[in-house]
Amino acid sequence: MPAVTVPSDEHNEPERRPPKQRRMPHRLGRWMDARLGTTKFGRSALNKVFPDHWSFILGEVAMYCLVVLILTGVFLTFFFDASTEEVVYEGSYEPLRGVHMTAAYRSVVQLSWDIRAGLVMRQIHHWAALLFAATVVVHLCRVFFTGAFRRPREINWIVGVTLLVLVVANGFTGYSLPDDLLSGTGLHIAYAVILSIPFLGPWMAFLLFGGEFPAEEIISRLYVMHILLIPASIMGLLGAHLAILWRQKHTQFPGARRRENNVVGSYLWPSYAAKSLGLFFFVGAVLAALGGLAQINPVWLYGPFRPDIVTTAAQPDWYVGWLEGALRLFPAWEPSAFGMTLPNAFFPGALLPGVTFGLLYAWPFVEARVTGDRQEHHLLDRARDRPVRTAIGAAVLSFYLVLTLAGGQDIIAQKLNLSISGVVWTLRGLLVVLPLGVALLTHHVCKDLAGAERLEHEKEEAKRLLLGGEGAGPGHHAATTN
Amino acid sequence: MSEQQTPAPSDAPPGEPQQAAQVERERRAELRIAGAFLLTALAATILAVVYWRGGHPQWEGALLAMALAGLGYGFVSFAHHLLPGGEVEQERSPLGGDEEAQEGIVDDIERSAPFGRRKLLTRSLGLGAVALAAAFSFPIRSLGPGPGKQLERTPWRKGIKVVDHNGKAVHADDVPVGALLTVFPEGHTDAADAQTVLVRVEEGQAKPRPGREAWSPEGLLAFSKICTHAGCPVGLYQAETHQLLCPCHQSAFDVLKEAEPVFGPAARALPQLPLEIGPDGLLRASGDFEEPVGPTYWNIGK
Repeated sequence: MPAVTVPSDEHNEPERRPPKQRRMPHRLGRWMDARLGTTKFGRSALNKVFPDHWSFILGEVAMYCLVVLILTGVFLTFFFDASTEEVVYEGSYEPLRGVHMTAAYRSVVQLSWDIRAGLVMRQIHHWAALLFAATVVVHLCRVFFTGAFRRPREINWIVGVTLLVLVVANGFTGYSLPDDLLSGTGLHIAYAVILSIPFLGPWMAFLLFGGEFPAEEIISRLYVMHILLIPASIMGLLGAHLAILWRQKHTQFPGARRRENNVVGSYLWPSYAAKSLGLFFFVGAVLAALGGLAQINPVWLYGPFRPDIVTTAAQPDWYVGWLEGALRLFPAWEPSAFGMTLPNAFFPGALLPGVTFGLLYAWPFVEARVTGDRQEHHLLDRARDRPVRTAIGAAVLSFYLVLTLAGGQDIIAQKLNLSISGVVWTLRGLLVVLPLGVALLTHHVCKDLAGAERLEHEKEEAKRLLLGGEGAGPGHHAATTN
Repeated sequence: MSEQQTPAPSDAPPGEPQQAAQVERERRAELRIAGAFLLTALAATILAVVYWRGGHPQWEGALLAMALAGLGYGFVSFAHHLLPGGEVEQERSPLGGDEEAQEGIVDDIERSAPFGRRKLLTRSLGLGAVALAAAFSFPIRSLGPGPGKQLERTPWRKGIKVVDHNGKAVHADDVPVGALLTVFPEGHTDAADAQTVLVRVEEGQAKPRPGREAWSPEGLLAFSKICTHAGCPVGLYQAETHQLLCPCHQSAFDVLKEAEPVFGPAARALPQLPLEIGPDGLLRASGDFEEPVGPTYWNIGK
């Protein structure tokens, strides 16, 4: 009967277990196969080979952060009330009792103080968002510095950059929801930036917020964006990201047996799956530990949002710190002509991110044009072997690092007991000088490393030749000793 | 345990001692992994108890972390020690480049040529599609009111009483030199665009422009509290330097010089509110701000 022989064929392995134990999954598999034709794909999936390198798990960590975000986020939606209706707090957090606030803020304070496991869920959610954005950025750096964006992976680079935009957007809409003093300040700045867009700004700001700031609709609109529009887009694009990865197969670093036309690594099943599942649990463990033990965004301390109050030393989440820093460093320049004005906030708030992501999207095509290299690549570059690209990447990172530092320029000035203007001018100087210095240094180090390797290689060759020469491979070397 | 440690039979092939060592390593790994899974079970059980007894954020996080870390360690360790290791090689199938398919797909697509040839059809369809797309975009307009004059106006009017956040009328003597008070027009204490800072300087210190001398009776100066840079409340007042400071992006405005920006990214002065003191000593506005308050937008100067 063919039913008995098929499974052993399928697994390419000597049959170890008695057939009886295998019957159940086998029957289910046959049932599915008869209806969906799943066996062929299932088999090629199990046998898919994934290269092993520590840097390849960065994207996986990001994906697992997303899973944690969805799990905790669904819990939070059951308790969050996206309403700006004015209420009086009567919960168990004493200092806020009797205080007027929006229903949104009250629901977050209640979630944190009166719902069992509410605070830990909220904090895990916030930490997961921070780690999500961080791993997406580091993953992008890995892809950039190893040249993994080159043909045929330009499409996936574009999908990935879009995912980064969405991740930042969802982080921002998320921490604006509690309607506390800090998030309200961030929202007002976002409103000012949208308002600053030439020609369209006032209309865009009014339509998005539902009127002049602080319009009542904004919290419920942010909520729809945060839990529906952006997450759905993220999941759709992540699906595309993974499908493209699946179709094109993973890149790999050069090494023994590794060629452009193969993939060397471990099977998806079970080796890679077990490691990846383990990674998921580790990511969950780290986030649970952070969520339980490291306080984050204690909104009850900030108080409810009031448009005429602001906290000093206000800091956004790290992934928008560069925009905050740019807003702080950009000089007081607001050109106007013919009754039209280019608002100051437009340059750092709207133009800078536009240029940033525009250049990110364009990079694979710019590089291909400059180098003329339009070949397919599946073997990765080592950063040192591409000194110009590596130098540009490092310089750009240092630029955004200075901007992020500038986002806390008041705190720096306070902690180091310096004047704000001194810190601002130092950071403005660094913004120009540091990327140049980093570019030159990186280029130099790359060349040095490559040179040292060549030297090492030559030394070894020479040593082999001096110690007898039998083992010396290439003929022309042997000839020189003679 | 003893069963595992028995030495290999003497007639074993040369590889046998290594094999025994391997079996021993695997057995230890198995014990460690089982220990990790048991840790998960234990931590999860305590977590349930903690939750049942009222919950405790720190313990919940720590126990959940322990439970998940147990699983994580177990799976990774399982993959490393107990699953067949070693690298396998797989060919990459070429992407694209199938000439026959490329030719074929062009033919397939061109089955629609009878439509494409009829220019009247394609053009009228194009027009229909554009019109429908435009119709679909109309509901965007429902999202909110247009800006209209809202960005230029606030509820401040001539004769309206100046009140504090709680709605209490402000008397001219309520604000000593060096103090700062946030005020609103009476009846509009929740109007974000009307928030105003009131400060007092020594009489005659401020340098108003011609025509605005009467706006600051007894050295009382009122400016919009919304930063002209990015809209944060300009909530700090440094009396020695007579500067209003925005804590968000550190813009500073000199109240003696009509709140012109003197530091930071703000490029426009804070609009000044004209004040008057009534016969009852209460402060009133003598009009709305003459310039739009809040962050700059493209046609602010019109």
